[in-house]
Amino acid sequence: MKHTIVALMQDHPGVLHRVVSLFRRRGYNIDSLTVGRSELPGVSRMTIVTEGSDVDQVTRQLFRLIEVLKVVDVTESATVEREIALVKVNAPGSVRAELVACCAVFGARTADLGPSTMVIEITGEPSEVDRCLDVLRPFGIKEMMRTGRIAMIRGSLAHEAAPELRADEKPPLLALAG
Amino acid sequence: MSEERTGAQIICEALVRQGVELIFGIPGGAIMPFYHALPEYPQLRHVLCRHEQGAGHAAEGYARATGRVGVCVATSGPGATNLVTPIADAWMDSTPLVAITGQVTSAALGKDAFQETDITGITVPITKHNYLVTKVEDLPRVFKEAFHIAATGRPGPVLIDITKDAQQARSVPDWDVSLQLPGYRPRYHGDREQIREAIELLKGATKPLLMVGNGLIWSGAHAELRELAERTGIPVITTLHGKGAFPEDHPLSLGMPGMHGWVHVNRAIQECDVLLSIGARFDDRVTGKVSSFAPHAEVIHVDIDPAELGKNVAAQVAIVGDARSVLAALLEEMPPRDCTEWLAHIRAMQQQHQGKQRYLKRPDTPALMPHDVYQGLNAAFHARGRCRVVTDVGQHQMWAAQLIDWISPRSHITSGGSGTMGFAVPAALGAALACPDQTIWVICGDGGFQMTSQELATIKQEGITNIRIAVINNGYLGMVRQWQELFENRRYSGTPLTGPDFAMLAQAYGFKGMVVTATGQVEDAIREAWDHEGVVLIDFRVEREANVFPIVPQGQSISDMLTGVSEPAHATPGAPPPGGRA
Repeated sequence: MKHTIVALMQDHPGVLHRVVSLFRRRGYNIDSLTVGRSELPGVSRMTIVTEGSDVDQVTRQLFRLIEVLKVVDVTESATVEREIALVKVNAPGSVRAELVACCAVFGARTADLGPSTMVIEITGEPSEVDRCLDVLRPFGIKEMMRTGRIAMIRGSLAHEAAPELRADEKPPLLALAG
Repeated sequence: MSEERTGAQIICEALVRQGVELIFGIPGGAIMPFYHALPEYPQLRHVLCRHEQGAGHAAEGYARATGRVGVCVATSGPGATNLVTPIADAWMDSTPLVAITGQVTSAALGKDAFQETDITGITVPITKHNYLVTKVEDLPRVFKEAFHIAATGRPGPVLIDITKDAQQARSVPDWDVSLQLPGYRPRYHGDREQIREAIELLKGATKPLLMVGNGLIWSGAHAELRELAERTGIPVITTLHGKGAFPEDHPLSLGMPGMHGWVHVNRAIQECDVLLSIGARFDDRVTGKVSSFAPHAEVIHVDIDPAELGKNVAAQVAIVGDARSVLAALLEEMPPRDCTEWLAHIRAMQQQHQGKQRYLKRPDTPALMPHDVYQGLNAAFHARGRCRVVTDVGQHQMWAAQLIDWISPRSHITSGGSGTMGFAVPAALGAALACPDQTIWVICGDGGFQMTSQELATIKQEGITNIRIAVINNGYLGMVRQWQELFENRRYSGTPLTGPDFAMLAQAYGFKGMVVTATGQVEDAIREAWDHEGVVLIDFRVEREANVFPIVPQGQSISDMLTGVSEPAHATPGAPPPGGRA
């Protein structure tokens, strides 16, 4: 079963390596991984799509990483999921009108137009992107790139980067064990 | 306002501020600025080891003996990679360790410079955290964080890799810098509701068991554990790293579970209806075939590391928290109860298997059996009182765990999770410096001893006198040989082992060396060694093919133990595996 995991982490060099290393260790393939800024400076937000028998365990090991602030498996939650694909399609003059019409159905837009090709930008649910690509394939896809999905829970429940980071408080100093 | 200092001086001062007294290491090009500054800080005693692996294990031994953070230092490249084994060992056994490595200059990073190795990349999976420091300004914060991470929560190793230019650059250190660890929040206090659930389970159980491990020792919860056991009468199992958490001469102590655990302990686990595990992680050496482990038990698992809960064994009640805090909360509401009948049942099982387990029915051989050596050592430990025992990895380690009565916390130091042969001698060196008023006994095999025996030179150079070494010498890599005997038709591939004359080797390092070949010599030899003013090595030339029993064959259920009771003195090749089943 595919899992979608959202993780928030400090934007440090090497943090991506630490995250990926955990999946590699278990032999889990990462289907897609996107990382970018979150609502808070210095905090990155990552969406990982992976398949494995014990994703729950990996999630907990992920949380154990010092730089990881929060990890949520949103697979079972109602989420907004988006993906962008850039597709370079053969587009001689004779088919351009048909191509543009097809794109309109999926809300895809023309990002670039050349003498014999078009670059089409599709944004939507990953399944929507799949369907649009199916339609474009007969025209002849020369090049294609998908970003991988980003996900956010619907409604007011929020996975904020780290509420404690908002205050100017120092993180609590923990007592030594024993 | 502090004065401007070099990065190297800042490192030294950071160590002093952390209360570090001992550093184990070896200098080299990329760490030379640090070594240049070191003599300015006489509070820091540097111990020059003979191999970085030795330095790492020595720091581990120091940490395990004292409960404090061990520190080791190495240069870049091979110096750093030689630390990988002890770092992995510390990771597996949750030992707080700060490993400091020099690195090539920041301008040369990633360019295959001389002695450049990506040690932060290499150690990602085996450290709790690691740092590559290229800016002198970061040093005070990084050291503060590293010691904090190593010592708190579930302890573990932290590596700090520092480029040579960061050691040489100058800066005014800001010692008031705060930790920047928003993602690191270990939970010390268990959830009240779950603790109540645990109490209810313990109250209702007819066959409850306590199983304690390393985490109990690190949290210092021995008194709380004893109180719980005595109030409720629940019998206590101690894992390999839990040895010493509960005195084994206590009427409620059962002993060790798992692959080389006692039959009655494994039987009790298989029969129990509630198993409260504290600070133990259900290693496969404990559980055997995990699907048939404790089949009737509701498991209450207490661990400070949430990633351990449910990892190997599903827990009905999973409590994240520090062993001491959780036990204290449990004690607040746990009423007294009685387990007399259950304990009597376990003791009856023990009685039934005792002869087989303890080798009371000793093979009729004139040879010196390892068991004779352990009997002598155990008697001496009882008679002489406080001392530490450091064991290596293999047969001798399991005999030590089985045949010695472990009484006090931190008296038993060994490499468990990683099973690092060569651990004992350098770890004893660290423990000996940490506890100069106690005798440190090394028990090791002839195989493991030869992996790090070069550290005898370090012991000599440091003027250490409180180490005694018992080499259980059987001329084999004994544990592998035992598996070959039992499970691979006695094909002794790669296991026969020739050593030097260990007594003469000890003499070559300036120590006393002794050889014991007969059972009758054991007691006198141990007494003589203990009373000698200085390091002594005793070469115990034991029966070559003695085995550790009971044994659960790897991957099998702990219900299915070989007790070795029908073991012939020397099985013929091709014969079915010896050992009756329990």
